[in-house]
Amino acid sequence: MIRTWLLMLGALATVGFATIVLIVLPQIVVFDVQAPDQLPRYTTTQLAGQDVYRREGCVYCHSQQVRDPAFTTDVERGWGSRATVPGDYVYDTPHLLGTMRTGPDLINVGQRLPDPDWHLVHFYQPRALNAWSIMPSYRFLFREKDPEDLLPNDRVVRVPPQWVPEGKVVVATPEVLALTDYVISLRRQYPVPLIAGAVCRSPWDSDGRSIATMP
Amino acid sequence: MPGATIPPGDGGGAATLPPREDVDIRLRADESSRVPAMFCFITALGWLLIGSLLGEIASVKMHMPDLWTNAGWLTFGRVRPAHLNTMIYGWASLAMIGVSLWLLPRLVHTALRLPWLALLGGALWNLGMVIGFVSILAGYHDGIEWLEMPRYLADPLFVIGGGMIGISLLVTLAAREVKHLYVSVWYVMASYVWFPIIFLIGNWPTFTGVESAAANWFYAHNALGLWLTAICLGAIYYFIPKVLGRPIYSYQLSLLGFWTLAFFYSLNGMHHLVGGPLPTWMITTSIVASALMIIPVLAVAVNHHMTMVGRFRALRYSPTLRFIVFGAVAYTAVSLQGMFTALREVNRITHFTHWTIAHAHVGVYGFVTFVMFGSMYYIFPRVLRREWPSASLIRWHFWLVAIGLGMYVIPLTVFGVLQGLALLDPAVPFSESVTRSLPGLWARSVAGVILSTGHIVFVYHCWWMVRGARAERRIPQFHEARPVLYEPPDDSITPVAASRRASV
Repeated sequence: MIRTWLLMLGALATVGFATIVLIVLPQIVVFDVQAPDQLPRYTTTQLAGQDVYRREGCVYCHSQQVRDPAFTTDVERGWGSRATVPGDYVYDTPHLLGTMRTGPDLINVGQRLPDPDWHLVHFYQPRALNAWSIMPSYRFLFREKDPEDLLPNDRVVRVPPQWVPEGKVVVATPEVLALTDYVISLRRQYPVPLIAGAVCRSPWDSDGRSIATMP
Repeated sequence: MPGATIPPGDGGGAATLPPREDVDIRLRADESSRVPAMFCFITALGWLLIGSLLGEIASVKMHMPDLWTNAGWLTFGRVRPAHLNTMIYGWASLAMIGVSLWLLPRLVHTALRLPWLALLGGALWNLGMVIGFVSILAGYHDGIEWLEMPRYLADPLFVIGGGMIGISLLVTLAAREVKHLYVSVWYVMASYVWFPIIFLIGNWPTFTGVESAAANWFYAHNALGLWLTAICLGAIYYFIPKVLGRPIYSYQLSLLGFWTLAFFYSLNGMHHLVGGPLPTWMITTSIVASALMIIPVLAVAVNHHMTMVGRFRALRYSPTLRFIVFGAVAYTAVSLQGMFTALREVNRITHFTHWTIAHAHVGVYGFVTFVMFGSMYYIFPRVLRREWPSASLIRWHFWLVAIGLGMYVIPLTVFGVLQGLALLDPAVPFSESVTRSLPGLWARSVAGVILSTGHIVFVYHCWWMVRGARAERRIPQFHEARPVLYEPPDDSITPVAASRRASV
């Protein structure tokens, strides 16, 4: 090559083409997604909890997506009753789809584990509930107080005593309460919203395995 | 064309020294880029050490989850992105910028223009890195993988700093004194066009929900393909012919490899979301583009291999070549692995497992980091005008990082597959997928110590050299191993004087 402009224009053209195909085109034809009626907006507390989820990097071990049942076993394993669709994520900024399942998928964790006390104990010490767990302990989201220092509004977490420092009680901070609230809100079990742009998995429909027919 | 003036020696025929004027061109080029390039290299080495420490902490925390749980900034979910960002933007990018600044003036036969602007750009880049690093550990980050550093605080510094470096390079290119642009110039200059575009798209603030996922992986994969890969391939294309004194095998293959890489790699991103809640056609487009990557990968692999053929003994002689060829082989390996991983049949098993992490390290370590080490082994003596002080430290460095990488990648890949098979079988409880992957996680922590030791050896060696301790010997290290590339034509030139000129 001897022409600089050819090199530069060519470089611009290739990345421009990819941008049109993967970013601009989807903007125009697909991602005009309406929020499904059954998907509630996050409350202020849940948004605060989502922010803790982002801040502490939960996304590096937990996905939030049920993959296509045509070639995965995500539904059989119980991560959800159907594959998730774009409409399920309209309120998520930034997206928290995740790329790892070092821990379980969480998009329907509120359905599986609706008990806030379970989550609070689990955040404080995951191994108090699952001996095999390698999830970090989030002790820094709690206060370990002397019983006499407890305030009337303190939310005491009933962690099994062998995990608590001698003579202390574990109190949840507002941050971890918000996180719990957010995690419990994670449910995408309503039927697939049959609105424009929400379902875009046509290649599998012809086999009669369409997710739209699933419960 | 680099090296074309040095006929192949292979220990047989007597080689001639490069003409005086060629040497002068390189001396002037190296002199002009010396300050900004060395600034980027030295700061990159600092980030390498910090990133190694963070990687080790993150790795250990995966199998010792109750370690250091009292401080938020030390939690796994912050240390891990801090490690990734430090390695990508601190270590790899700054080292690549150093290589670009040093390489381009040599290839276009003129001095680097606006070196002060490039230096300022490098300083701003470092400032962005410091701010981004602290922000991630403090929890003030964007939460998007590969783009965690705060959008309005750190990222503008990367854009401005990178832009300054890009301007310096573009002005240099415009002032070129060669007609033909060597293949390394294509890769290096194109990547400075690509990076700001993809970085802007990745950081575009209006994306929500799944569009933000699409933009996320569009960026992250292109950061690998159009930034890290492009500059490192440019370096390989320079150093293999340069060290061997033999032109690259085929110009046509270089051309094919470059344009198909530009076209296919940029469409690969959605294969990170296989099975996910995106339109199937987007994901399929990326899978098809990933499979088509066989064309640039084979074109580059054949081109490099055919240039090396018959000269593999030179690997003993040149530490640069040893690291660069390792990197080139790793590039072929990681690309083929990536193509297969993108296929739905494979991805259903390996997606969401440690396989992906091992794969990423074959790429960013085996390929990018090895190529950067190799480049530094070549560049430092020429820029600093002194030889590496110790042959054994070079050997230690190579074997520590080579063995460490093997110990990292092989167990994590194997146990990643076991983890994936457990996840795929609904009859197997989830806990099984965790316990099955544990030996791989332990092996990684051991490997991390070995890799970090290699880094410390290398940085110590660089420090020893930069500090200017008088090297005991003035001829290149491993000269005695087998001087396949150069033999003195007669007694009138001593090996010392000859190697000085030949090595410029």
